Amino acid sequence: MTNPVLSVRNLEVEFHTRRSVLHAINGISFDIAKGEVLGVVGESGAGKSVTGLAVIGLIDPPGRIAGGEIYLSGMRIDHLPPEEIRRIRGKRIGMIFQDPLTSLNPLYRIGDQIIETIRTHTNLTETAARKRAIDLLAEVGIPAPEKRIDAYPHEFSGGMRQRVVIALAICAEPELIIADEPTTALDVSVQAQIISLIKRLGRDHGTAVMLVTHDMGVIAETSDRVAVMYSGRIAEIGPVQDVVQNPLHPYAKGLMGAIPTLAGEDKRLVQIPGSMPRLSAIPQGCPFNPRCGFVFDRCRVERPEPIVRGTQAVACHLYDTAPKEAVKETAA
Amino acid sequence: MSDAVVPQRAEPSAVPARAGVGWVRRAIDSDIFYSFRRSKMTMVAAAITVLFFLLAIFASVLAVQDPFDPAQLQLMNSRISPLWTADGQSPYLLGTDEQGRDVFSAILYGLRISLTVGVLGVLFSGALGIVLGLIAGYVGGAVDGLIMRIADVQLTFPAILTALLINGVVKSVFGNRLDAMSTLAVLVLAIGLSFWVQYARTVRGSVMVEKNKDYVAAAQLIGLPAPVIMLRHVLPNTMGPVLVIATINLALAIITEATLSFLGAGMPDTMPSLGTLIRIGNNYLFAGEWWIVAFPGFALAGLILSINLLGDWLRDALNPKLR
Amino acid sequence: MLAFTLRRAIQAIGVMIAVGIISFSMFRFAGDPVNQIVSLDTSFAERAEIRKSLGLDDAVPIQFLRYFANAAQFKFGVSYQFRQPVSNLLMERMPATLELAICATIFAMVFGILMGVYSALRRDSALAKIFQAVSLIGISLPTFLIGILLIYLFSVTLGWLPSFGRGEVVRLGWWTTGLLTLSGLKALILPSITLGLFQLTLIMRLVRAEMLEVLRTDYIRFARARGLTTRAVHFGHALKNTLVPVITVAGLQFGSVIAFAIITETVFQWPGMGLLFVQAVQNVDIPIMAAYLLMVSLIFVTINLVVDLLYTIVDPRLRSTISRAA
Repeated sequence: MTNPVLSVRNLEVEFHTRRSVLHAINGISFDIAKGEVLGVVGESGAGKSVTGLAVIGLIDPPGRIAGGEIYLSGMRIDHLPPEEIRRIRGKRIGMIFQDPLTSLNPLYRIGDQIIETIRTHTNLTETAARKRAIDLLAEVGIPAPEKRIDAYPHEFSGGMRQRVVIALAICAEPELIIADEPTTALDVSVQAQIISLIKRLGRDHGTAVMLVTHDMGVIAETSDRVAVMYSGRIAEIGPVQDVVQNPLHPYAKGLMGAIPTLAGEDKRLVQIPGSMPRLSAIPQGCPFNPRCGFVFDRCRVERPEPIVRGTQAVACHLYDTAPKEAVKETAA
Repeated sequence: MSDAVVPQRAEPSAVPARAGVGWVRRAIDSDIFYSFRRSKMTMVAAAITVLFFLLAIFASVLAVQDPFDPAQLQLMNSRISPLWTADGQSPYLLGTDEQGRDVFSAILYGLRISLTVGVLGVLFSGALGIVLGLIAGYVGGAVDGLIMRIADVQLTFPAILTALLINGVVKSVFGNRLDAMSTLAVLVLAIGLSFWVQYARTVRGSVMVEKNKDYVAAAQLIGLPAPVIMLRHVLPNTMGPVLVIATINLALAIITEATLSFLGAGMPDTMPSLGTLIRIGNNYLFAGEWWIVAFPGFALAGLILSINLLGDWLRDALNPKLR
Repeated sequence: MLAFTLRRAIQAIGVMIAVGIISFSMFRFAGDPVNQIVSLDTSFAERAEIRKSLGLDDAVPIQFLRYFANAAQFKFGVSYQFRQPVSNLLMERMPATLELAICATIFAMVFGILMGVYSALRRDSALAKIFQAVSLIGISLPTFLIGILLIYLFSVTLGWLPSFGRGEVVRLGWWTTGLLTLSGLKALILPSITLGLFQLTLIMRLVRAEMLEVLRTDYIRFARARGLTTRAVHFGHALKNTLVPVITVAGLQFGSVIAFAIITETVFQWPGMGLLFVQAVQNVDIPIMAAYLLMVSLIFVTINLVVDLLYTIVDPRLRSTISRAA
């Protein structure tokens, strides 16, 4: 089999503050295959966005990649010098940020921003780049692109601006798109359009997509596989169908219970008690243990490693075969 | 948060002054003192500022002569260079000027004048700005419009220009021959009228925010008169930013006084401030008598730098939204 | 956009009327215009006669309108000290002040922006820290002390540059310039630095703060995520966005530069309007003070207006927000 487009192995990201070192990402591993959409879900602060930034090499001091490896189509990219990773950014990995209102430079026409990006990564002439920019705008669904190309960002609505941002992300035909909460800042009606656009582009170009969001609904709709993150770790990862219908990790169970469905109106929405620990106060052992209904002694001491269960992998001691009895004890 | 504040502020015994002290005490208890102890530069600046104030207060004890008393000046002792140079003479530590005035003593007394004008100017401009800001914010409407338009117009012009103009006008009304103490009063007036705008704007902004809060409505409901509400309840909430402005403006007021005196529109030669001393000394620079201008210059620069450092630190520590 | 322009213009006229009233009040009430004409031994009856002929017995609003009409034609009365029309004195001195102010502003802008950008991009470098320290000292040292220090260094000790005056000037019509002679240029250096230093520190601090702010924005992050070169990100995207507010402040500062020229001109005995004004304040020459106030206000207000309009041209967002607000 060929290499996955993106392969992350035991990635660790730290932030050095004056008082201590915060572990934003604590040893995560995952792959994304060609044409596959991986949804990354979790509460804010779980490390989703930091993962995306780490892949694209935009972790700024005081943050740094402290360990692990990142491979892009088999090539290791986490140790590249700044100039080389810069050539990869935008060309082989496209990135879409959360807020389209602030992602575009307000003082430049959108066409100039697209042309500048195209010409940074290709040898196209100004005219050819402009033609390509118009095609891109058409592809992402901007009406009358040959006219709108000379407009300033503030002349577009939020949804249209996000389309421009997507055009910018795909303008060099990247192998991988990292979309960081691409719909969060948009109206609900526009969200669906942007999601289907990202999905379509991924399918048409065979691009791998890493879709970061806190919205399980979006994930269920778009992704092939999903990674549930908690406190800088992957709690559970697997095909979207399986994880949604049969979540294994207690946190994932809670998360799935919190999705409102049209069918199950009689069920109460489940709420996970408490909140995710701050980075400065991650508890020992499993980071979820203070909020977990199935917690037992081992959870407070030993950090769970991913355990493969069918198509899914889950980081929870409950699925380690040895200490089954302890579960009953605590539950009783 | 405001719940906790209301009963305390509504206490009938809480006079405005005590509310202010309580605020200061609470501030010192909190992060402020911590951040003060953490910044060495701030501590040094604070020490130097205190030293300057002490030098000014005890000028008459420390000085070898009263530089304002012509009878104590002897022309034969003029233009003596500092003590450590070849021609130095005791007790003239920093040398003497062309009138036989001991430079060190003159600096002490000049410091006293500069600090007096600075502090009084800040108090006057602060009081004026706070009162106008309270009125503008609380009364609103046309009164607010008028006060803030005046503020806008005045803000267009640098304070030094306003101060020079006020100085010139007052002099022309009272004649050019004012005695030294009246000149000092004129300087305080000119500085006060030049620097009130920032206080007024800040206080007005806070008042606009505070006056819609529940505790003000409660105070109105129990029939407290407007001035009492403003002074006792609204004013304490604006003290943080005002304190920062006052510190930075103390430095500005001292610079303004020094500049006016340097330009010959401030303190006269018979009762010199630091600015006057620098103007006098400047005339002897070409003759190589550098000490007459250098030491007052160092004193002025050191004083302003220390106060500015304190102001910068205070602004960061209190972190008020000044702009 | 048009409504915005109109509103700013009306505000500017309002400011000028307010300043006009102050200036008139000074001229009329603080100084006695009769004194401009008479000598000490003029009798009381003669004074009354002159008073009447000058229209000083008319209603105050009429006098104000007359003063304003005269001012609009650059008639500001006669200086007490020089016994010459104030307008002549001001016109004679204006080129000196404007040349000094422009040189100081250019000096401040060029070095302020360079140093500000450098200290934002190389925040932790030793040079950036030196710049920060120097800027604190620059803000804390009164202008006249800087001038004296420079004179002591470059004129008294080293003898490189003149310590006073404009040097040789060339007359171009009514304008006199020191830019065309070597001695004129040499004479400009120290006063320009003295006058510009405060603005330089201000611009440097502003550029640094703005640039750091801009570098943290999403669009800079997105520009980097698109793989643009560091050069393009810093000097294309970030610098352009940084300079928008800087233009405003620097433009507005030009007004203060002219006002602060008062101090510099005194230190260097620079024959400009500021020196004239200081001498007027020292000698209570009210007509010059009143006229100077009007002239400087006019310059201020014009600059403010131009900067406001310039801002809308530079920033495309403002064009539409303004038309939306209006």
